[in-house]
Amino acid sequence: MDKEQRKFYERLEGKGVSRRDFMRYCTFLTATVGLSAAYVPKVAEVFAAPTQRPPVIWLHFAECTGCSEAVLRSTYPYIDDLVLEVLSLEYHETVMAAAGQQAEDQLHAAVKKYEGKYICVVEGAIATKFNGGYGKIAGRTFLEVGKEICPKAAAVICLGACSSFGGIQAAKPNPGGYKGVGEALGIKTVNIPGCPPNPVNFVGTVVNYLLLGKLPVLDNLGRPLFAYGKTIHDQCPRRSHFENEEFVTEFGSPEAAMGYCLYKMGCRGPETFNNCPIAKFNDGTSFPIEAGHPCIGCSEPDFWDKMTPFFKEM
Amino acid sequence: MGNRITIDPITRIEGHLRIEVEVSGGKVVNAWSSGQMFRGIELILQGRDPRDAPLFTQRSCGVCTQTHYLASVRAVEDAVRVTIPDNARIIRNLMSAAQFQHDHIVHFYHLHALDWVDVVSALKADPKATASLSDSVSNASMGGAAYFKSVQQRLKTFVDSGQLGPFANAYWGHPAYKLPPEANLMAAAHYVEALRIQARAARLHAIFGAKNPHLQSFVVGGVTCVADLTPDRIAEFLYIWKETQSFIENVYIPDVVAVASFYKDWGAIGGTTNFLAWGDLPETGKEPESLFMPRGVIKKRDLAGVAMPQQEKVTEHVKRSWYVDGEPKHPYKGETKPLQENPTYKPDDGKYSWLKAPRYDNEPCEVGPLARVLVAYAKGHAMIKPLVDQTCQKLGIPVTALFSTLGRTAARALETLAIGKAMEGWIMQLVENVKGGNTKTYQSWDWPKGEAMGVGLNDVARGSLGHWISIENKKIKNYQYVVPSTWNLGPRCGNNKMGPVEEALIGTPVADPKQPLEVLRTVHSFDPCIACGVHVIDPDSNQVYKIKAL
Repeated sequence: MDKEQRKFYERLEGKGVSRRDFMRYCTFLTATVGLSAAYVPKVAEVFAAPTQRPPVIWLHFAECTGCSEAVLRSTYPYIDDLVLEVLSLEYHETVMAAAGQQAEDQLHAAVKKYEGKYICVVEGAIATKFNGGYGKIAGRTFLEVGKEICPKAAAVICLGACSSFGGIQAAKPNPGGYKGVGEALGIKTVNIPGCPPNPVNFVGTVVNYLLLGKLPVLDNLGRPLFAYGKTIHDQCPRRSHFENEEFVTEFGSPEAAMGYCLYKMGCRGPETFNNCPIAKFNDGTSFPIEAGHPCIGCSEPDFWDKMTPFFKEM
Repeated sequence: MGNRITIDPITRIEGHLRIEVEVSGGKVVNAWSSGQMFRGIELILQGRDPRDAPLFTQRSCGVCTQTHYLASVRAVEDAVRVTIPDNARIIRNLMSAAQFQHDHIVHFYHLHALDWVDVVSALKADPKATASLSDSVSNASMGGAAYFKSVQQRLKTFVDSGQLGPFANAYWGHPAYKLPPEANLMAAAHYVEALRIQARAARLHAIFGAKNPHLQSFVVGGVTCVADLTPDRIAEFLYIWKETQSFIENVYIPDVVAVASFYKDWGAIGGTTNFLAWGDLPETGKEPESLFMPRGVIKKRDLAGVAMPQQEKVTEHVKRSWYVDGEPKHPYKGETKPLQENPTYKPDDGKYSWLKAPRYDNEPCEVGPLARVLVAYAKGHAMIKPLVDQTCQKLGIPVTALFSTLGRTAARALETLAIGKAMEGWIMQLVENVKGGNTKTYQSWDWPKGEAMGVGLNDVARGSLGHWISIENKKIKNYQYVVPSTWNLGPRCGNNKMGPVEEALIGTPVADPKQPLEVLRTVHSFDPCIACGVHVIDPDSNQVYKIKAL
């Protein structure tokens, strides 16, 4: 173990995280991204001793910042480690100290310095109607900003339903002509949809990239298979109730209290690909079905139109 | 005419905001606030199932993720005339209060602190002296010279790497930074601690709300989390609440007081005139009487004249906003259309923002922590009044210094403490109910016949929030919301009266027009949330809009 790594573990312990806890997390993450156990030490290495932190340029278009907030909730690694030790967050409007001209200068300096090397994370959709006039930053449309910044990245990761597929503002009648980043710019993107997505799937994608130097295997919608390879229904802890035809038909009922299947309440688990039941949210605390609410299908394209009305049986 | 300075993007906020100020003689003499994005969620809601509205409107904002969800579900419940069970009221209150705790911690440390705290100066601090400073102001569990030394070392390693990330190209060394290096190091250490606390505090939402951001357990008639009313879930909640509240008491409040003591001049900068609070957190089924944070309106800073506001007196103006002109209307009757073009920014005499200009009784009103605390103070609130008096005394400032940027930031911290304290009683109420066999979380209801209208009034982290819905044949006929950041960050109205942030900026000193740090202080003190602030409705002339849109 080299000096840097030793320092990393000392720091971890200073924060009350034992080396064993950390390795357990790396094992979880390695399994989540679908690598064999042999990779666990390598995953640990990615967090323990990066030589130069890979640059990340994070763009905000038409969105609600819920995806940034989701990543802020990452618990292994905590966000301060992610930002201070693992990645180099060159531009991120929600957290950066600089504003206005200073922020703009920082963006352009980073693009120039790291051209072809930075990871571009995009949160939010791009307006295309009226020349993109419904969304601007520093006087330029999202469309112009995206056209300039995204193609110069090593990889573009679309975080959330909006940048992946257009999201809520693209729902009918889509007043601003909003589109997902891949469609609006005509580029290939890695899509991590969800409203918001689980931060574990973002971290998993980044780790895959840092570790293997390439992006994870994707499905035909650009979603990493390690997270979006199976339906919610197939991984649901309430699945046996479905098989036994034990259904909730009213919220708050005895059947709801017993955790019966939410299919008849409008659950979209059978047609939604995501790992919510396994990964769960906020350090494994819960996920919608566990809280008694039907799945709304938020990792599927156009779910605001295709999955609604939400409370109607499929 | 003075120098015009444009700050775009305003960072460390939610959404896309542009602020322009005119500076003359080292002070701001004119200001314009402009929302730069239009999504149209209200328009998207037209004709949909009203039960879906809470899930749609929630996506206005992922920062104040629970607030629109609640306001919307309340509006629909008002329209269908259903009264939710006691447990649902308590759980929603706990979710609201957890939102206050989370939002305000993140705002102070991660969105606002860097306006006052010079991180680079922290490298020059003496860790021992920092430890003494920390011990003298707080009972924080973290501290000591070794702790501050390790934080400083971590910062140093980070800076030495040459990859400054979020701290790159900022205003370090600016003459308006007044903290000594030790105070800067203490605050920088707590910036990092707060990053962790917020991740853990968000679990409060996940316990009864599935996840954070974007909780998923509120439905028209109550909450869905009946299976989570178990001793272990409630204990988990209590445990995380304690940890969060301890951080608020022992770190957040002392930090705000310590930082404020170096910036007392900001007690005379950044004030506004009128204040509105719908109030929130009902302690029984009776509203507004039982609201823990009371309802009230204060005009012209006259605390003694605090009055009960009527939602009927709200109108929205569009003369200076990028919508087709029309008379100011109440939200139930709003009739607004976004310009069908790439809009031109005309701050001097034309339209310049996607935000509309809400007015109460024709006057702009500041909403948010300061408005709530002033209303509570004026009404002699049992927890808020002594907190305000003690804090002013500690800082050696008069209560009138609250009408300021400093007051706004202090009020935010004080209400976090008070609301957090109240949570314990609510958790115990839930325990008592469950113990007594009452686990009712949902009340069934029927669709109203004909047309039905409903309103949901909330007071959330950033201020007063109202959702108005009208339903016809089980479908949304009309939906409108007037949100905190529209009140605070909106442009001039039809009568050319400035919005609150524009007014607050007048008189702000600017030492270096190239580095307008002082402007950011006042803008950030409002905690802008712009994605929430911009949306539109076209209730009566839906057809016309559709034809235009094509």
